[in-house]
Formats: sequence, structure tokens, C-alpha cells
Amino acid sequence: MMDRAASSTLGDARARPPGWRGVADDWSSDQRAFKNVSWGKVMMWIFLLSDTFIFSCFLLSYMTVRMSTTAPWPNPSEVFALEIGGKPIPLILIAIMTFILISSSGTMAMAVNFGYRRERRTTALLMLATAAFGASFVGMQAFEWTKLIGEGVRPWGNPWGAYQFGSSFFMITGFHGTHVTIGVIFLLIMAHKVWRGDFDRERRGFFTSRKGHYEIVEITGLYWHFVDLVWVFIFAFFYLW
Amino acid sequence: MVDVVRGAGGLVPAAEVEDVELYHPKSWLTKYVFCQDAKVIAIQYSLTATAIGLVALVLSWLMRLQLAFPGYFSFIQAENYYQFITMHGMIMVIYLLTALFLGGFGNYLIPLMVGARDMVFPYVNMLSYWIYLLAVLVLVSSFFVPGGPTGAGWTLYPPQAILSGTPGRDWGIIVMLVSLILFIIGFTMGGLNYVVTVLQGRARGMTLMRLPLTVWGIFTATVMALLAFPALFVGAVMMLFDRLLGTSFFMPSLVELGQRSQYGGGSPILWQHLFWFFGHPEVYIVALPAFGIVSDLISTHARKNIFGYRMMVWAIVGIGALSFVVWAHHMYVSGMNPNFGFFFATTTLIIAIPTALKVYNWVLTLWRGDIHLTVPMLFALAFIVTFVNGGLTGLFLGNVVVDVPLSGTMFVVAHFHMVMGVAPILVVFGGIYHWYPKVTGRMLDDTLGRLHFWVTFLGAYAIFFPMHYLGLQGVPRRYYELGQTAFIPPSVATLNVFITVAALIVGAAQMVFLFNLVRSLSHGKEAGGNPWNATTLEWQTPQTPPAHGNWGKELPVVYRWAYDYSVPGADRDFVPQNQPAIVRSA
Repeated sequence: MMDRAASSTLGDARARPPGWRGVADDWSSDQRAFKNVSWGKVMMWIFLLSDTFIFSCFLLSYMTVRMSTTAPWPNPSEVFALEIGGKPIPLILIAIMTFILISSSGTMAMAVNFGYRRERRTTALLMLATAAFGASFVGMQAFEWTKLIGEGVRPWGNPWGAYQFGSSFFMITGFHGTHVTIGVIFLLIMAHKVWRGDFDRERRGFFTSRKGHYEIVEITGLYWHFVDLVWVFIFAFFYLW
Repeated sequence: MVDVVRGAGGLVPAAEVEDVELYHPKSWLTKYVFCQDAKVIAIQYSLTATAIGLVALVLSWLMRLQLAFPGYFSFIQAENYYQFITMHGMIMVIYLLTALFLGGFGNYLIPLMVGARDMVFPYVNMLSYWIYLLAVLVLVSSFFVPGGPTGAGWTLYPPQAILSGTPGRDWGIIVMLVSLILFIIGFTMGGLNYVVTVLQGRARGMTLMRLPLTVWGIFTATVMALLAFPALFVGAVMMLFDRLLGTSFFMPSLVELGQRSQYGGGSPILWQHLFWFFGHPEVYIVALPAFGIVSDLISTHARKNIFGYRMMVWAIVGIGALSFVVWAHHMYVSGMNPNFGFFFATTTLIIAIPTALKVYNWVLTLWRGDIHLTVPMLFALAFIVTFVNGGLTGLFLGNVVVDVPLSGTMFVVAHFHMVMGVAPILVVFGGIYHWYPKVTGRMLDDTLGRLHFWVTFLGAYAIFFPMHYLGLQGVPRRYYELGQTAFIPPSVATLNVFITVAALIVGAAQMVFLFNLVRSLSHGKEAGGNPWNATTLEWQTPQTPPAHGNWGKELPVVYRWAYDYSVPGADRDFVPQNQPAIVRSA
């Protein structure tokens, strides 16, 4: 029984058999399950998996209370409309926010690329741009909250119908906004480190005393793209539905 | 396993990962208090969990006293009883068992067993403990807030959890929910570490299929916890909002003390789904580490390789996966579409297959083994028996038609205490008797250990076996006193006294255990590096207790699986995992 496991560790990794068996042997081989993937990156992926469950639970709970309530659900197209030039334009602010957040994923991806090329100033600037996009997203969200609160929307009720509309709105966008804010703070710290050249000199972290590498830009990026992706689902399920 | 010499290349590939540098403590504070060494963190976790566990133990005494002698104790009123029940359940399941198995055993054993110097992110690991401690302190504070801790039952079902009339409605429930949220944040930090260490931090030659089953159990349980705790987290956040902000996630419109409440339109069943989506995997988060540890104890103390290692691994993974699709069997009496009941009953009963497979494999490991009835082995054997007992009543309760009449009775209390209370705790004890020599360098006292074992084992049966009978008699659970009823015979009261006396004795036996832990620290027999002649890596460290960094200058290299006991032709009856193949000239 153990023979196969033993033979899979013979020689180097490239000698493993082809096909599914090779995949299985690769996976179960010694030292690392994911070859060429650092500890930090694996940790971020698993954290994101866990966080996916959190957002899934939030969204499923929102759908459940939307079904359980007997009061009518306010029409998001009307609630989230802005009056521009005398005409209400549905979801215009949300559309702009979505556009900005998705654009920020673009600058983030470029930052990762320039990071691996070790162009530290470009990387830092792109990260700052990403952070600026993120901050403006949060700013617009604050504007949206203010507007709705002004119109009488509260976590415990609103003028148009089901209590759960306000509850779910503030909870889900608030939780997502917190994620974006944490991402912005993290981006600023990392941009500062990139700018200072910490990762060129492998300067040690203040808390962890581990050497820093440009890979942290990519790990930050993973988190950032995840937050973007979550927004797409919130957009689809909360605003469009 | 017979040693087979392979080609000149040897059995172990070249290193893919360079050795890591560790953070070296600079002061007493960073060495013992804010320590980044997983072994110290493990001990911190274990001591904290034990301390809070003792609180829960005392609460169970108080509950038992009330049930046996209703009306005798003026300080146990109905609301106190419900507070005791709630805190006892929550502490035992989450703050004791989860923290002890994953934070305690996981931290200590994972790096040592996989041949790593430490967890992959020691700093985050340290934070994990301090947030856990904060969660525990917040939880304890609920005993001192106005109105006392929440008395909503450990499942915290809304709407009653946040309605006036429930004990601890003002402060207790808030403190409880905040504590749970903190616990989950802290656990996530540790859990990510455990998972990444097992996946990416193993020694050369330590393939996944050479991992000791202890690591497989803790690893799978941690993955499950990382996916199950989010549901509780979300539920706790939403209930906190219901209580503090007046949202109506879980609250339907209802009349509270003659007044129409401010709530309306929420779904109480939603909480049950979120809670049990966490709650059922939680059972296996506690059970899987126990499965793993017990496999290693049995194999070591029966001097025989574990039977069906590969099957055991797949059973652990299979149970872990299945446990995510059975949660609604806790909700049969909540009312559901019969088709869902059918689905969840089926998946629940399917879990019996991998668990039975594990039990057979344990028994077959013992079969014709050289069984040493050491204290850890006694606990391991007791676990198998207890787990089978508790599992069998699980088959009753997994069926909708049998569950519905039994669900509100003591039968359920007996079932889950046997299967996820007594059984895992027996493994905790077995594990402590087994690994204490590695942690401290000294053996625990054998005589006291045997005394502790027999009182605990027989006592647990004296407590929980009669409860099955009480349940079949129709004695309801959750009642703080029975009063006069037509359908409950008076003999039930006598049995309740018997159970309480047994519970007090078993509780007292735990004091013997604690005494043993403390006394053996200085008076125990010197253990040496490998007192049980075990094969796994933690017994092969250069120092005992292992120093910071575990392995001295060079990381171990693994040449074989964890179960080379009584190998024919070998010099000794065990071959450590890091011993190279013996070249024979013949």
C-alpha cells in the first residue's frame, strides 16, 4: 500500500507519472502540496475561501429574509437613483462605483506586474492609484449612505416597505466597505514599503521579522481582486434584483 | 511494512524549500508571554481552555444538583439554571474542546509531527492565542454584567434569545455574541496557520500519505472550521444587529409582554440554518482530531501498524465533507418539507459508513496486537466503546420519525454527551497522558492516572447511560425541575439523584488529574526522549522538551510512514519515521 507513495518521492518532481496519477502524486508529495507557491500566498487563498463563505452566508441570509418578509421589497432602481438634470437616473452612482472598483483591479494587476519587474516607483504609484480608486469607492458609498439616511432609511425600517431592505443594505455594503477600507490601508502600507525599497533590500518586517519580498504585492492583489469580485455579486444580487 | 531498499537515488528527493529563520525571543516577555513558539502557544491555549472548562464543569455540577434536589438550593432559580445550561454548552463545545484540540494539540503536534520548525506564521499564531484569551475573558465577564449571562440555551435560538423574559437579555446575549465573534477571528488566524503548515511546511520525505493520522484529523477539522465558522460569524453579527440596532433578520412580528414588538418579517429558521451549518461540522471539528489521536495511540500502544491507513485518511476526509450536508437533522422538529427531512436523514445515516469503517479499523489494529494497557491506551479503548455507544443512538436520532418524539427528551442529552462530550474528552485525556512526557520531560503518575481513568470512564457511563432511559420515559430536557406529572414515574427522581452523585464523583476525579499534572511536573519519573517507543517525528527531537525550532541544526528527513511497528526483521519493534532504509546484504 505504501509502495506507491514511496515511489512517488523518488528523484525529483519531474519524474512523476503523467495524467491524474501524476496530479495525485504531485499533490501528496513531500514538503509542499502546491509547488512553487509560497506560504503567504497559500494562506491568503485559504483565507479568501473562508471569507467567501462569510459573504455567501450574508447574501443567502439577505435572500432568505427577502423571502420571509411579507412587506413589499422597495424597488432598488428607484431607491438607488440620482436626480441629474431634473431626471432620475437609476443606479447611476452604483454604476460609477462599480466601474471605479473594477478599474482599480486593472491598476492593481499592473502594480503586480511592475513589482515583479522590480520597478519600485511605478509599482508604488500604481498601488497608490489603486488605493485612491478604493478610497473614492468608499467615499461614494459614504455619500450613498448619507443620501439614504437622509431619505429615512434605517437598519430597522424605511419609508417604502420591508424592514429588511435597510438592514441588509447597511450590513452587506458596510461589511464590503470595511473590506475595501482594510484593503486601502494595506495598499498604502505596502506602497510605502515598496517606495522605500524594503523589498529590494529584503528589509525585515517590524512585527514578524521576516524578510520582505515583492510577492506581497501579488498577495495584496489577490485580496483586492477578491473584494472586487464580491462587489460584482453584491451588485447583481442586491442592486439589480 | 517491510524495508525495501530502492535505487541509489534514495527514498527522499532533494530539498525544495530552504530552512526558515525563526524569530528569536529577546526578553522574558517575548519568550514566555508574547511567545511565537507554537509549543508555548499550545500550552497557553491548553491552560486557558482547561481553566474555562473548569468553570463549565462547576456549572454542570450546579445543574445536576438542581435536577436531583429541586428546590433545595435557593441560589439556583429557574433563570440561573438556564444560564448554567447555556454557558456550560457553549464553553464545553467551543471554548474548551475546539480550542484544546486545534489550538492546544494542533499547535503542539502539527509542527513536530510534520517535521517543521514552527508554524508558518508564528506572529499570526501568537495573535490567535491572545484574541482567543480576549474572547474567553469577554465570555467570563458575562457572569458579572447586570442580569448575568444569557440563558437562551447554547443554540441561542431567536426570537427568545433577545426577547425580554429570557435571562441575560440585556447584557448577557450581547457579551456572548461579541465573544463568539472574537473567538472566530482568533481561530481563523490560528487555523490558517495549521492548514498552511500541513500543506506547505512539511519535512523532506513527509508525503501526505506518510502523515500520522493525528495530523490528518486536526488538518481536516481545521479546514472544516474555516468553512463552518463563517456561518456562525454571520449569524452572530446579524443577531447582534437585531439586539442592538433593532433590525429584524431573525425576528418575526410578535407580541412581547402584551405589546406588539418593533420587529417584523424576519426568519427565526434562518438562524437555525446558519447555526447548524456551523453546529454540525463543529461536532466533527471536535471528533476528527479525536479520531486521529486515537488512531496513533492505539497503533503505538498495541505495537502494530494502523489497519487500513489509506482508508482511514479517506474516511476522515469523507466524514469532513459529508458533515456539511447534514445540518438540518438538528431541525426536524422545526418543521420542514418532508423531502428535505428525507434528504438530511439519508446523508446523516451515510456518515455511519466512514465512521463504522474507522471503528472496524481500530478494532482490527488491536487484533492480535501486543497490547500495552497503559493509561493512554485505556483512554483510547474507552473512546472506541463510548463512541460506538454514542454513535448507535445517533442512528436513532438521524431518522425523522424516531427523532420527533425523542428530540425534546433527555435521550438527546445522553446521545450528544456520549458522542461529542465524553468520547472526545477521553481522547483529550489519553492525548495528555501520551504527550505529557514530551511536553515536560516527565511521566504522569501511573497510579493516579489509572484511578482517574476508571472513575472517569465508569462514572461517565453512570451519568449518561441512565439518561437514555430517562429520555425514553419521556423526561424532557431543558426543564429545570419536573414537578408533578402524570406520565413520569416517581422513580425518575431517584435516578436523577444517582446521576448527580455520579457527576459529582466524576468531577472530583478531574481534580485528581489536575493534581497529577502539577505534581508530575517536578516529581514525575524522568521520561527520556521516547518513553513509548513511538515512531512519529515528535519523539525523535534532539531535546526533550523540544527546544525553540524543534530540530536543532538540521531538519529531519522522513523515510517511511508513521506506523512501522513490529516490522519483521527490524532490530526493535518500532522504526522511527526518520530512520533510513536498512541496507541488507543477502
